[in-house]
Amino acid sequence: MAKFILNGAQVEIDADPAMPILWALRETLGLNGTKFGCGIAQCGACTVHLDGQPVRSCSTPVSAAEGRAITTIEGVAGPDGELTAIQKAWISEQVPQCGYCQSGQIMAATALLRDNPSPSDADIDAAMSGNICRCGTYTRIRRAIKVAAGQLEPRAETIGTEA
Amino acid sequence: MNDMTPEKKPSKLAKWSRRGFIGAGVLAGGGLLIGIAVRPGNPIGALAPKVAGGDGEQLVNSWVKIDTDNIITAIVPHCEMGQGAHSALAQMLADELDADWSKIRVMQAPTDGSYVVSDTARAFVAPFTLNAADWLEPTWDGLFTQVARLADALITGGSSSIRTTGQGQMRVAGAAARQMLVGAAADAWGVPAGEITTANSTLTHAATGKTATYAEFASAAAEQPMDQTPTLKTPDQYRLIGTSAARTDIPAKVDGTARFGIDAEPEGLALSYAASVRPPVPGTRVASMDAEAAKGMNGVLQILNMGDFVSVVADSYWQAQQALNRVKVTWTQSDSAIKTTQDQFAAYARAIDEAGADGGEKAAGKGDFADAFAKSATTIEAEYKAPYLAHAPMEPINCTAHVADGKCDVWTSTQVPLMVRSALAEATGIAKDDITVHHPFLGGSFGRRLEAVYAVMAARIAQATGYPVKSIWSREEDTQKALYRPAELSRFKAGLDEAGALIAYDNIFTHRNDPAEASVPGIYAIPNTQVRVAAAPRHLPFAAWRSVDHSQHGWFIESFIDEAAHAAGADPYEYRLAMLKDAPRHAAVLDKVAEISEWSAPRAEGIGKGIAIVESFGTIVAQVHEVDMSAGKPRLVNAWAVCDAGYVVNPDGFANQIEGGIVFGLTAAMYGELDLVDGAIKQSNFHDYKMLRVDETPAITVEIINSGTVPIGGAGEPGLPPAAPAVTNAIFAATGKRLRQLPIAKQFA
Repeated sequence: MAKFILNGAQVEIDADPAMPILWALRETLGLNGTKFGCGIAQCGACTVHLDGQPVRSCSTPVSAAEGRAITTIEGVAGPDGELTAIQKAWISEQVPQCGYCQSGQIMAATALLRDNPSPSDADIDAAMSGNICRCGTYTRIRRAIKVAAGQLEPRAETIGTEA
Repeated sequence: MNDMTPEKKPSKLAKWSRRGFIGAGVLAGGGLLIGIAVRPGNPIGALAPKVAGGDGEQLVNSWVKIDTDNIITAIVPHCEMGQGAHSALAQMLADELDADWSKIRVMQAPTDGSYVVSDTARAFVAPFTLNAADWLEPTWDGLFTQVARLADALITGGSSSIRTTGQGQMRVAGAAARQMLVGAAADAWGVPAGEITTANSTLTHAATGKTATYAEFASAAAEQPMDQTPTLKTPDQYRLIGTSAARTDIPAKVDGTARFGIDAEPEGLALSYAASVRPPVPGTRVASMDAEAAKGMNGVLQILNMGDFVSVVADSYWQAQQALNRVKVTWTQSDSAIKTTQDQFAAYARAIDEAGADGGEKAAGKGDFADAFAKSATTIEAEYKAPYLAHAPMEPINCTAHVADGKCDVWTSTQVPLMVRSALAEATGIAKDDITVHHPFLGGSFGRRLEAVYAVMAARIAQATGYPVKSIWSREEDTQKALYRPAELSRFKAGLDEAGALIAYDNIFTHRNDPAEASVPGIYAIPNTQVRVAAAPRHLPFAAWRSVDHSQHGWFIESFIDEAAHAAGADPYEYRLAMLKDAPRHAAVLDKVAEISEWSAPRAEGIGKGIAIVESFGTIVAQVHEVDMSAGKPRLVNAWAVCDAGYVVNPDGFANQIEGGIVFGLTAAMYGELDLVDGAIKQSNFHDYKMLRVDETPAITVEIINSGTVPIGGAGEPGLPPAAPAVTNAIFAATGKRLRQLPIAKQFA
């Protein structure tokens, strides 16, 4: 039995303590927003927050979460579902292509901006270089982080759709 | 204003419109169905239950549904793998329909023969011809022969969705539906159809002040006659086409709700999970399996020796993989003489040596190379080597399969759902009509998911165990057991006249896959050329990898042209420009990239700029890359790209694809390499098969030229080919070191 807080709610699961958090989230708890990419903490697709710190859930065992708080992509928006500034910037800058890595990118960017509300280019590079985007959306990720940080204006020219 | 209207330039568009077959029918319950199919026969009756929504939602044609709240759903036949096709196709349909973009939704068309887009497939296999005989072109490799064998194809690739399905089907579908809605309103209001205007999913008759939503007339439109060739808009009438309309799939990709193949959780099925290992060397099989150490491990349900692979099925994927790691498997021996990377390149070199000065298959050419070469004032020769590459999409290969009661359902990320269905039918013995391929978003693909083997594996596991099973390949399996961008060796010989002009050009290499023109320096005015192929054995199976043959030949050709420029003592931009005197579009693209990159401005010590231009998939792309060599190894600083696709449907989406193509090309150029050791691939995961990361990515500027040329070009692939040569040319400019082998980074380690 493992007990932890998941996106603000207490959960208790019957899982092998050595099982990586990634698979407990996806297969035991049915939260599919966190992605499997490499299994060896190289790509960042599985990034979640453990007590607020970004960790690679593919390589962090369930036992490490005991009594702690996990936040996943499903838990970053406000209680009323309002998207965070980062998520909004990801939309205004039209960042995702395939989108598979973007949960991890957004979790990494969320931790960055919480700790460093006005990051430099070097800060962004340092915080985000653990996350691979095979579609190559890096220049948009940089720009979206600056938009979320209030350093750049959001793009105005896109015609929106209702969420 | 651009001129790309099919009315004025009939070419493919009007032809396809006429080929379209339009039919109508009334659904049970009074709903409306207007069908536009692309092959003879009317599939709509059978189609309706597969795509119709809830109460009141009406299928207006096989590509459009209108709900009672005026939400319009575009049903698109292509997959969404990040290229933005879902959204751009809906955008094209919505424009012709005069629909309110904020109320447009997109639905993935079911894997059904009715949604086969044969024109796309044909254009994909045999560009610029609609002659079916060309399908059977016998010399093509891999994917293309597989596609050609299919009577019907539902395929996404070749940077083709917008320029084939978008132009040929989605716009026609939107325009036809609009005409029928207008006709229905005209009858009801007793006014001439020509006086009714449409905008934002609303019909208006100004003189009488009557107005109605599309939803109000969706069912009455069923009684309307249908025009098989509805009038399409001219570019000055576009409202959505040509704008950067926001992509419909992005909101779900920022809040974790987007569902990819690997996220399949079919309702009512308790899934088991399979981890598998395939033979390390192509063509080999399981020789023996010792599973003792894995038996009895937590969660393990079954351990399978399937002959061509071994699987562990367990309660979770992690448990399955842990157990699989303890299964000892030996494999049969391969009879391939190629065991190492050196063997592979030696085999290529041998074939080229044997072809001699004028042997091999003549792939293209003009003039008299031998004569011009003999008369040249200066001659140059060079040999280039490009390595094997994997696609490495972020979503690992996977498929969920349920085989029961003579039926098979699979959920998988694929570019070829109908090919998957055919392969499943063959492997399981289940009739195609009893097989359903569900295909949600793809977590990247780049050509990786053009094969069916992983879906067949999942179905065989499900069949063997009786469990509904989610089969996931580890990253290591995908890196080592896939299909690959071929390694290639390319030799050039050229002659320059006294003025330095390139007058003789000879190129020989070992494989010609697709597109056929990729290895031809056709954009340049070179009077005497010969392009030859000396067939050589290739150890790893072929895959179409983003931009296919352009991925190698773009680098080969644009590197060698740069060498010629330097041999002539000319500026590489001006040297190319002089050879583009009969190619004004290419010259304009090259000029523009020189301008925005400040090509002629003085450069600081250690900074190099390189230029390259490649036309691929109908789009001309020139790039300048700026590389800082001051630390003794390359740092990518800036990339500028100028593109002419004729006309761009969604400029921001197009730019995103070009940016992505550049990063994909730079990843390959800097790091991409798979080595063979004992016939198997050495690299296994992202630690040794490295990807470019954000801190290594240059600033990228993309500019678009809408020249108005038709047919329009693609977006997904054309950004890639110029990236590698522009970088190696920049390194040469900064250091005098000519790189004739990739990847770059290890040569500066």
